[in-house]
Amino acid sequence: MLDIKELTVEVEDREILHDINLTIRTGETHVLFGPNGSGKTTLIMTIMGFPKYKVTKGSILFQGKDITGLTLDERARLGIGMSFQRPPVVRGVKTRDMVTACLKGQDGEAVTQMAEKADLADFLERDINYGFSGGELKRSELMQLMAQKPELALLDEPESGVDLVNIVLIGQLINELLEKDCPISMRKCMGLIITHTGHILDYVNARTGYVLCEGRIGCEGDPHEILATIKEKGYGECIRCIIGRRLLR
Amino acid sequence: MHNRTTTSEVDKEKAKAAATKPASFGEDINLEDYVSSAEELPYESDLSQLPPQTKEQMTQVGVVLDGSRQRSGTIIQMDHSVIHSLAQQEGIEVMSTNQALAKHDWLSDYWWQAVAVDADKYTAHVELHQGDGYFIRALPGSKTIYPVQACLYLAKNKLAQNVHNIIIAEENSELHIITGCATSVREEPGLHLGVSEFYVKKGAKIIFTMIHSWTPNIAVRPRSGIIVEEDGLFLSNYVIMKPVKSLQMYPVARCVGKNATVRFNSILVTPPGSTMDVGSKVFLNAEGARTEIISRVITTGGNIIARGYIEGSAPEVKGHLECRGLILQGEGLIHAIPELRGNLAGIDLSHEAAVGKIAEEEVEYLMARGLTRTEATATIIRGFLRVDIEGLPPQLNVELQRAVEASEQDLM
Repeated sequence: MLDIKELTVEVEDREILHDINLTIRTGETHVLFGPNGSGKTTLIMTIMGFPKYKVTKGSILFQGKDITGLTLDERARLGIGMSFQRPPVVRGVKTRDMVTACLKGQDGEAVTQMAEKADLADFLERDINYGFSGGELKRSELMQLMAQKPELALLDEPESGVDLVNIVLIGQLINELLEKDCPISMRKCMGLIITHTGHILDYVNARTGYVLCEGRIGCEGDPHEILATIKEKGYGECIRCIIGRRLLR
Repeated sequence: MHNRTTTSEVDKEKAKAAATKPASFGEDINLEDYVSSAEELPYESDLSQLPPQTKEQMTQVGVVLDGSRQRSGTIIQMDHSVIHSLAQQEGIEVMSTNQALAKHDWLSDYWWQAVAVDADKYTAHVELHQGDGYFIRALPGSKTIYPVQACLYLAKNKLAQNVHNIIIAEENSELHIITGCATSVREEPGLHLGVSEFYVKKGAKIIFTMIHSWTPNIAVRPRSGIIVEEDGLFLSNYVIMKPVKSLQMYPVARCVGKNATVRFNSILVTPPGSTMDVGSKVFLNAEGARTEIISRVITTGGNIIARGYIEGSAPEVKGHLECRGLILQGEGLIHAIPELRGNLAGIDLSHEAAVGKIAEEEVEYLMARGLTRTEATATIIRGFLRVDIEGLPPQLNVELQRAVEASEQDLM
């Protein structure tokens, strides 16, 4: 279980997230909506433990353990993984090296199988992320995550910049990662997905959705209903709603 | 055909005139601080009889000593004596340059043709204090199955080791050479002066991999020249990852035949106290000639000057120069000096240079996959030093990577 309590986060001395509360149980997938600059990426980068994101208040509990003070790599080794929205190019480090690292040193057949699944067999000997198209980047990120087998998968806009052909495969990979075909009680992985467009909802079984606006969670509910409301009224309505609630407090 | 005796007199005169001429780059070495002569060392037919420490140092620079397995030939020079030479493939000649001069009277046609005898006081010194060197030649159409290995080993304290090598790939031949330079000299100073003249004939190929492993008191001044004829290819890979007092070299390749190609790849790691001034210079003098100069340099506290020069003087030539440098710690210096010169329309020359530290974003990306900071940094450095060398046979690639990986531990 992931349990976030009253989380307040600063980036470069500016408070970005305010009093975030969020709970994901093992097997569940939650979706985070929000306009650009609302703090969605900040939230998952903070959960992952990137040092730039400073927790000034609150805590993050993962599988019952307070991980707020743990480093990025310690959290990764505990079972938290993420797919980056814009992963960096690392020249000379091959895609194969990354998958091998995620598989904790297993090489050979396991790497090839993983690459074939993500339709990236021809990319194993290429520098990671170098010259990859939008779809290739996302598939590569998901391939690495699948190799890592996290208990909590944080997916930052897995469908952005992806064409229609790629999105189907990406949906399949996410489903496999989040064990969509298993009953919730049998799943070992939970997921938190950031989505701007909501397209990914066609491919994953998300249980709960949130709208994050101006660093606060505005509402929580059925993700499809939330998406329908956003499509109809836009994020402007969400912002007004949050401001309204803040004034009522 | 020239007569070596006659040309030798001319060369000697030129050398005498240049005996005190400083080099264009690098710290000026006082040659009088070194001795020029070394005692004649006995020929060693069984390399397994060499002292264990010598064998270990030679092995570190890629020399295989167990009966020349997977080598098409071997030549080892210690101080000024060639102590072993053996060609193990038909069509490939491997011998000392002194032997070769005696055997081939035409060899004087190649003597000081790719490198000027009066380039500086170091070339002059090599001419005036003739030691020995290696002669490696592939006969027309011959192709080495395995690389020929050469080792230049400096054993005597305070010696200025003189080496003059001639390498010839005759028409349509292919020559793979792996050269290791090493020393046993630790406390006393030493100087290595190595002249290498390469001749790549029409349609021929030379792949030359050189690994240096010196010590903090050794100064090194290699002087190399390469002449590449039509459709010829010269591919050089150079690795130095151990300390050296002062290294300065700037090999010059001239593409004189149509579609001649030259590639230089260099990997340099400079620890504190070491100074390396290393570059590659290519003249694209014939139509369609191509070159690529790639260097990866890391300083852990030493000084690196990474030079590069490409000059295009013929139609449809193409050249690219790339230097990437990492300053890992301390107060190391990297000075990248890429230069391009175009002398006519229709040429295509480019360069890119980048000097900096390891990007934190990249380290964190790898840490997010579960690697510790140290593991992530090591992976990035390993990747940085991994140059994808087009045309390098897999076996040589493995050996090159092994040499790089053997030194990676020192970087952490």
